[in-house]
Amino acid sequence: MSRILSVIKKEYIQMRRDRITLALIFMLPLVQMLLFGYAIQTEVKHIPTVVMDQSLSSESRDMIESFSASGYFDVAYTVDSYDAVTASIDSGKAQVGIIIPPDFTRKLQRNESASIQVLVDASDNMVANQAIATANSIGLLKSQEIMVKNMPSSTLPYDVRVRPWYNPDGITAYYMVPAILGIILTMTMVIITALAIVRERELGTLEQLIVTPLKPYELMLGKIIPYIVLGYLQITVALLVASFFFHVPIRGSLLELYFLTLFFITASLGLGLTISNVAQNQTQAFQMAFFVMLPSILLSGFMFPRQAMPKIIYYLSFFIPLTYYLDIIRGIMLKGIGFSYLIGQVTALLVFSLLMLGVSTAKFKKKLG
Amino acid sequence: MEYTITTCNLTKKFGDFTAVDHVNLNIKPGEICAFLGPNGAGKTTAIRMLCGILEPSCGSGSVLGYDLYKDTESIKQNLGYMSQKFSLYQDLNVIENLDFYAGIYSIDKNIRKIRIEEMICLADLQGSELELVVNLSQGFKQRLALACAIISDPEIIFLDEPTSGVSPAVRRSFFNIIQEQAGKGKTIIISTHFMDEAERCGQIAFFNEGKLLALDNPDNLKKEFIRGSLFRIEVDNPVLLLDKISKLPGVKDTSMHGRTLHVTLEEKANVDIITGYSRTIPEAIDPSLEDVFLVLARRRGDQTS
Repeated sequence: MSRILSVIKKEYIQMRRDRITLALIFMLPLVQMLLFGYAIQTEVKHIPTVVMDQSLSSESRDMIESFSASGYFDVAYTVDSYDAVTASIDSGKAQVGIIIPPDFTRKLQRNESASIQVLVDASDNMVANQAIATANSIGLLKSQEIMVKNMPSSTLPYDVRVRPWYNPDGITAYYMVPAILGIILTMTMVIITALAIVRERELGTLEQLIVTPLKPYELMLGKIIPYIVLGYLQITVALLVASFFFHVPIRGSLLELYFLTLFFITASLGLGLTISNVAQNQTQAFQMAFFVMLPSILLSGFMFPRQAMPKIIYYLSFFIPLTYYLDIIRGIMLKGIGFSYLIGQVTALLVFSLLMLGVSTAKFKKKLG
Repeated sequence: MEYTITTCNLTKKFGDFTAVDHVNLNIKPGEICAFLGPNGAGKTTAIRMLCGILEPSCGSGSVLGYDLYKDTESIKQNLGYMSQKFSLYQDLNVIENLDFYAGIYSIDKNIRKIRIEEMICLADLQGSELELVVNLSQGFKQRLALACAIISDPEIIFLDEPTSGVSPAVRRSFFNIIQEQAGKGKTIIISTHFMDEAERCGQIAFFNEGKLLALDNPDNLKKEFIRGSLFRIEVDNPVLLLDKISKLPGVKDTSMHGRTLHVTLEEKANVDIITGYSRTIPEAIDPSLEDVFLVLARRRGDQTS
């Protein structure tokens, strides 16, 4: 016990002296959450649009008006040739082109289907999906309007009522901010601990520790306990940013969130320590940490739904701690659920933590050569 | 317990390379034993095996009665170790470094403060207690590293080239601390390539190419390996003459020391045979450890070739 305390004390003093790293640990959640929280918007609005209206009627103007009124399309250019539309999209000045043919009004008056062509620059997936979905629903709504006008007594055969739960207004920040919080936490924890042992190896102090009676598990515990505290400080800063700047609700119990975060922190620290025990120098450790972090960010379901992934990758994502933590933090903050719904995730993180800490303790031999 | 350290054919191989080759050591308590030899002679590897941090390839040995294979953790409880790198925490101050090792060796809280004070006195670090290690001079770092290594008052102290890179004056004061420890009955192993330092040790273990060439006190070594009379002559072309003189009848051994040659003659009366080569009258000198080492190293070379 005295030995663990000594290691903790030493780590604490070193941490306190390293002002720059310490500042980074607190600035990271503050700056990055603000930056990403505001920057990352999956809902694409104000798409620059080029319009070629060959009909020039009140109906065509009404249609164009519907597009711009949706808020998704900004009519930036009006042109009078197909080539000009193509040129605008090719050059990137516009991402959507709306072409209304000359017979638009005539067909409407004859109760025929009046077609509109919407060209979408699909080189950017996210923008294209939004534009396509919105254009389709504008088409449907306008058609409905006319049908109701023509047959006032009729009702639509199906009435689907969708009620989006947990985030009814579809605010991206609600979805993104808790996830960013998880990413920042795991990144700092993994990288800091990845360097923890290997740094001592480089400085030669590890050789000194090996000849002392210090046991491997004492060294590992002494190293991670100060970082757990650091992790909690970091998540506190992050949660304050989330609620003050992005007004992300915490619908579940804050206490429960803090408690369950422990398992995520230990899993991240365990991963970091394992890297630190395998790596021969700090450069290697840093690269390994990066090698692990990037897929865990992309495959955890942070931005891209895991359900959409190929089966093999989907199963791979079960080995990523962040996957489980996203369920936990989104669950508690947005859905307001508690521990009883999250037992599976917590168990997974616990198993992961124990495995990693076990591996790193076993890998750390008190021998050279 | 008669010996603190005993080994029998202790060997360490790294692949095809034999770093330590069938070494037999017997070292008594209270003795300072210098492991002397050039870089790569196997001194550090031998020390690491004796500390229990490197498993021997074959052979056997014990330190303080603990087996080098099975009881390494028990050995660690009772030894102090200082490496040539002075493994201190640069971003901790003097007291914090000492306090850390005091904690690692589970020194009782009540006596910890006193013990740290003692170490600061012993290492002559008064006034620098709150200085960060990074700001200390090499000499201070060296003494602090020693203080950290012996804070637990270990029975045996291993010092792996502790004096490389520090000035002769600092080396001397460092050695005084070590002699003080030996006076208290501690066993001390110090590896070095400074002959003058080895000269002050009770025992010298000569290492070369992994082999232990000799283990004895300095006087016995000189008597045993330098038989005959040693003369120093000043010559114009030592490189050319070295070979020529060594082939003269009555010459046992020659070695080059700058512009002078050391020549060992079988009989003191034969000095005339070398007078002709020297610019001055040949001077009879006492053999130094360096002469012993050169004889030993050469003898080994002759055997293998």
